[in-house]
Amino acid sequence: MRKTDKQAAARPVIEFSRVDLSFGDRKIIDKLDLTVREGEFVCIIGPSGCGKTTALRMAGGLVNPTGGSVGVLGEAMLKPRRDVAIVFQDYGKALLPWRTAHGNISLALEAAGVAKAERGDRIEHLLEKVGLPGQGDKYPAEMSGGMQQRLQIARCLAQDPKVLLMDEPFGALDAMTRQTLQDELLSIAADTRATVFFVTHDLEEAIYLGDRVVGLLPDPGRIGTMTEIGLPRPRDQLSTREMPEFLALRRSLFDFIEKAEA
Amino acid sequence: MRARGLLLPLLLLVAAELGMRLSGTQSMALAAPSDVFLSLLSAIGDGSLLVATRDTLTVAFAGLAIGTAVGLAFGILFGLVPPLNRLMEVTIEAIRPVPSVALIPIAMLALGFGYRMGIAIVAFACAFPMLILTRAAIAGIEPRLFEVARALRLSAMQRVFKIILPAAFPRIMVAFRLAAGIALVVAVTVEIAANPLGLGYGILIAQQALDPARMLAYLVWIGIVGYALNWALVGAQHGMFGRAGGAEARQ
Repeated sequence: MRKTDKQAAARPVIEFSRVDLSFGDRKIIDKLDLTVREGEFVCIIGPSGCGKTTALRMAGGLVNPTGGSVGVLGEAMLKPRRDVAIVFQDYGKALLPWRTAHGNISLALEAAGVAKAERGDRIEHLLEKVGLPGQGDKYPAEMSGGMQQRLQIARCLAQDPKVLLMDEPFGALDAMTRQTLQDELLSIAADTRATVFFVTHDLEEAIYLGDRVVGLLPDPGRIGTMTEIGLPRPRDQLSTREMPEFLALRRSLFDFIEKAEA
Repeated sequence: MRARGLLLPLLLLVAAELGMRLSGTQSMALAAPSDVFLSLLSAIGDGSLLVATRDTLTVAFAGLAIGTAVGLAFGILFGLVPPLNRLMEVTIEAIRPVPSVALIPIAMLALGFGYRMGIAIVAFACAFPMLILTRAAIAGIEPRLFEVARALRLSAMQRVFKIILPAAFPRIMVAFRLAAGIALVVAVTVEIAANPLGLGYGILIAQQALDPARMLAYLVWIGIVGYALNWALVGAQHGMFGRAGGAEARQ
């Protein structure tokens, strides 16, 4: 399903074409060209200040480029759209603390104008999908970090997204929780056939999850490397990470980051 | 713990009682606690205290309602529209420091004695803290929540009612409690200074009748009313936030 030759045929979903972004005199992104195709899982890595989060925000319509264009599903991305969901890193700030888990997911359905009678079932289904069955009555304050991030993902899935933009979503979680969530994300992505644009600073995570890893260089942000990940799916936390190809990719991306930071 | 906290006030009351009785004083300003208590009972018994309480609370609550509604509306507006806020800044800062009781002479001329004058002055006094604190509460909302609202494409109305007001609500409640305290203080002040009704006027009349026991009975009663008001508001606040409150405290 995610083979490279098929991807070449799949239609482009996110298109950066000669994208520039400056804040005042400071150039953040310089002539970024990148196309993400339907159903593809692209991971963006790079040292801090390389503009990877900014690129994601442009793909989400939260920031507009000062030059070039960002398109999603054939339309210029000038403001957010509901079929493009954004998962923020700081789940604690992105959830509404005064609403229960149920209420937080409901927000996305209310925004989309889903009838009240229909919401309950869909919310229960989404909670199950992200591994929070029966936890709808809990407030975010009563949940662990991993549960809160699951909840944010559920809220994003409530948007029925064609594109999932994820900004270091597992960066603040402990290693075990992170691995569990990585696997759950892969199965959600496979189920929903959503296109995923995943920003991370964790090289192994990028290789483990992605069909392709894009490495950005800083000052100003531009593409430094683009690597197809041919590792077989479904991936496995132990065996995939022990494969020689995995280790070779890890080495080459590690070298890239080291040079980029120098 | 609570019982122990009552020990000192009780001791002081006993000491005051003994002191007054043993010295046999004929003070114009002080009265023995037992006399104050009896005076309080008689004022409740003849209904005068309850009528005065009704009048004062009518003025305080009506003024509080009008003042907080105005302050809340403008606070939200200025919080959400920074250019408007900058435009109004000087005007607000020029009017705000005017002591509300300084308006009594004007209000007396414009509105005459009675409820309306008291209500107008209380509303003026309550509107500004409400406005300033609501504006600050809105400025203090987590910016990420606005991005979530944008990402979900919430309409302007949905943004206000589903994000902004609930997010600012805990701080707005604090502002409301503050305004409620101010409302009672200003209501009584207006009555003492000018308006011939309510608890403040009751104190004034008792003082002019050289009846310290009755004067102090009114004072004690005002304290009780203020305490009860705050207690009710704190209770309401706890009831409203419930379990989600833990998250607010952590933010």
